[in-house]
Amino acid sequence: MSQLYGEFIEKFPPENDSLEITFTPSSRPIKQRWRNNRLSAYFVADYFITFLPFEEEIPGQEKRIRDSKGAVSYVANELLENAMKFNNNEFNQKIKFGIQFLDKPAVTAAIYTTNTVDPKIVGSFKAYVQHLLDSDPSELYLQQVEKSLTDPGEGSSGLGLITMLNDYSAKLGWKFDHPIAQSDIITVTTMAQIAV
Amino acid sequence: MEIQEISGDDYSVSYDVDSATVIFSGELSLANPSEYQPIADLLVQAVSVSGGSSPVTLNLESLMFLNSSGISMLSKFILSLRRQPTVQLIVLGSEDVPWQTKSLKNLQKLLPSLELKMLKPEA
Repeated sequence: MSQLYGEFIEKFPPENDSLEITFTPSSRPIKQRWRNNRLSAYFVADYFITFLPFEEEIPGQEKRIRDSKGAVSYVANELLENAMKFNNNEFNQKIKFGIQFLDKPAVTAAIYTTNTVDPKIVGSFKAYVQHLLDSDPSELYLQQVEKSLTDPGEGSSGLGLITMLNDYSAKLGWKFDHPIAQSDIITVTTMAQIAV
Repeated sequence: MEIQEISGDDYSVSYDVDSATVIFSGELSLANPSEYQPIADLLVQAVSVSGGSSPVTLNLESLMFLNSSGISMLSKFILSLRRQPTVQLIVLGSEDVPWQTKSLKNLQKLLPSLELKMLKPEA
């Protein structure tokens, strides 16, 4: 049984174009594949832009295209970095990374990643997600930076999702799932929707 | 003229001691706070060398990409300057670089005395 948090789209309009890439995290050490996150983020941003109803002759469109690409590539890179960092490699499942285009009610990019979660931390992860959804993003940003002064947090800055909310006004949603019956595997799909 | 530089495949961060300016360029998406530590140390060094007698400038105009770990490194450095009220910090950004128009304004909230100058796009 799946469990949803925040604003999560389970079914996209079937007529809309989308792009999904899969990664096998165990194929190469995370350090070697790190740069690939940013390149993949640029790739989906470039792909996404071609579907936008932009006409280049209109003044200001060039800036809108640049801003949209910037927003999609930032958010996509953060989601992919998190998926690579927090994936539970024991399960040997692929990481999925995708983007969907929505034109109603507003032009929106829905970017998502699916990765496996360590069953031992899934409870605290859900509590963190609920905390993000219930809090003021600008307060979260300040609290996280203050925390980083005393607790360096070797593995993660903790600002990825917070900056998506605070700087890009992203709508975030999560789906926790048990994709295989009689298995302990838990996956989480994290989705960020940004208006472009 | 003394210049110190940290660089990687896609970025460089150079500190020009004479002008007390740290110039970032390229695309920065290091994996975690530990990987950003050498850059964080360079920023602290720039402040300590200036001794609060002249402003320190961070020039980000040519930094086209910065991930959240990098934003965290800058934010943490700037918040730590609250304890050094004599230090004047100038941050130069560009309206042409999307992440800067989204994220640099937060730095001013961390340190109200920070002077943020955004280069306007060419007409």
